[in-house]
Amino acid sequence: MIRLEHVQKTYRTDRIETVALTDIDLDVEKGAFLSIMGPSGCGKSTLLNLMGLLDRPSEGTVRLDGEAVASWEDKRLARLRNQRIGFIFQSFHLIPDLQVVDNVEIPLLYRSSSAGERRRTALAAIERVGLGSRAHHFPSQLSGGQQQRVAVARAIVGRPDLLLADEPTGNLDSHMGDEIMDLLEELNQEHGTAVVMVTHDERLAGRTQRTVRLFDGRQVA
Amino acid sequence: MLTNYLKLALKVLARRPFFTFVSLFGISFTLAVLVTATAVLDHAFGPLAPEVHRERTLFLDYLILEGERSQRSGSPGWVFLERYVRDLPGVEEMSVYSEPRRVFAYQTGEKSGLQLKRTDAAYWRILAFDFLEGGPLAEADVDGGAPVAVINETTRDRLFPDGTALDREVLVEGQAFRVVGVVADVSQLRTEPYADLWVPLTATKTSQWMEEFHGDLHAMLLAESREAFGPLRAELAARLAAADVPQPERFDRMLAYALEPFEIASREIVGSDDDGRPATRELQALLVGALLLFLLLPSVNLINVNTSRILERAPEIGVRKAFGASCHDLLGQFLLENLVLTLVGGALGLLLSVFAVEAVAATGWIRYADLQVNLRVFAWGVCFMVLFALLSGLYPAWRMARLDPADILRGRSL
Repeated sequence: MIRLEHVQKTYRTDRIETVALTDIDLDVEKGAFLSIMGPSGCGKSTLLNLMGLLDRPSEGTVRLDGEAVASWEDKRLARLRNQRIGFIFQSFHLIPDLQVVDNVEIPLLYRSSSAGERRRTALAAIERVGLGSRAHHFPSQLSGGQQQRVAVARAIVGRPDLLLADEPTGNLDSHMGDEIMDLLEELNQEHGTAVVMVTHDERLAGRTQRTVRLFDGRQVA
Repeated sequence: MLTNYLKLALKVLARRPFFTFVSLFGISFTLAVLVTATAVLDHAFGPLAPEVHRERTLFLDYLILEGERSQRSGSPGWVFLERYVRDLPGVEEMSVYSEPRRVFAYQTGEKSGLQLKRTDAAYWRILAFDFLEGGPLAEADVDGGAPVAVINETTRDRLFPDGTALDREVLVEGQAFRVVGVVADVSQLRTEPYADLWVPLTATKTSQWMEEFHGDLHAMLLAESREAFGPLRAELAARLAAADVPQPERFDRMLAYALEPFEIASREIVGSDDDGRPATRELQALLVGALLLFLLLPSVNLINVNTSRILERAPEIGVRKAFGASCHDLLGQFLLENLVLTLVGGALGLLLSVFAVEAVAATGWIRYADLQVNLRVFAWGVCFMVLFALLSGLYPAWRMARLDPADILRGRSL
């Protein structure tokens, strides 16, 4: 589904050039469940951003369904992210001024659907993560685990093919972390959603089909 | 989508009350000043009674005689108007009347300063005065130089505080005028209909004014339509070009133009070119420049406040971009938010301007001013608001929409 070929990412400022990723080859197939591990600063989040079409590689090619995305313009990339990719972040990134249901609706705002349809779909996604009774709460009224569930609901509300989770359990205790992991496994197994998860937790990585290890921007396993 | 944006816009306003207060104060104060200024301009130039045909009326109030070493300019006299302005093509009605002149009326032992204007009968047919008592000066009154007068409401209340003024006499500079009509006050900003007392053009002690080339008269030309302005002006120019200039040893050309009120204001405020044509474009540029400058200062302030707000919300932009928002979507969202802020500030500004307009009217700086925030002024206010929202929202929204989602999502929390 998404393929990275000899990808390199370099950040340049006036004085310094920092190589974040070097010569990455990675293929994520439909229905795969991958974990990415490595020490802090080794390029895990950069890799996730490239797979999520949020960033462009300095060298190499990113292909989606076999097609190179390098030349695609902002609008097309935005549409693809909206239709095919869901994101889960370590610090949830919920909008504090919006209720749970309005937060979950966000991906649907950029599609052509009616307000009623959007609301129904968002409520169904909230039910799916077990937070039906909290749909009209604000994020600050929820625990960390519940907030991350809301983030999962937001990521899956548009039924994406690929879910990119950047340390989704990093800010949670092990019990809540397991609950989120159970949810991701369920989505992967029941709906065939491909999941790529960055984690520092060997135990969680052990529950995925394959682990990619990075060190100093290189793929070491 | 709109509901989601609006909800968020209102929440964001409530999040930082001080920022919101600063923004709203800037917007409402600016708009209140602009709407008040617009109310004054509208009062001066809008199609208000008694000048109900203003869109097809021209005025001739200035005549220049020019030679190599001499120039004489000022209001035209009877001879000039009769010889060169009377019977221009496309003119439905022409009125000749004098400039207002300060006179004193002596009534019940008191001396009252009044603005007196001499008019012909056509003056009352072109202008739709609101008569509270009696009627206008008649053709026969003007032909015979009858000692009759129309006064305004304030003058009636000053001179005849005990009741009606009809058929009673006003003593002006030793001449007694019988009141035949009382009209509602007309603002000083409407220079052509404005006066306290109107008497027949011919009601003078001597007829010397009928022999003057330069004098104290104005002409009001009611054209059949605006389309008649061109031919009318061309004919006037042709007549003047072919005319025998008086005192040819001193003057070699004669310049006079039939103008609209805004053109007259341009001549008075900015000046005119070498041929005596009013600098209308310059006045327009001056007004637009003043407007932009006046809008620019609070806009810069609002841009700074908006930019601060926006940087606080960088992670939200990252999330929206990750989930499919394009730069255009975000630009639209933040412009809408700014429009909401501006509309709230604008509503306050319009409310404030109602009080400001009343306050200006109450100062008495403009005699008989009846300033109003009417629908036309309100429409201008709305235009200002939208312009303000665009000026102050576009740059921060553009900057926000271009933020790199990969950068802002990297480890920052909301």
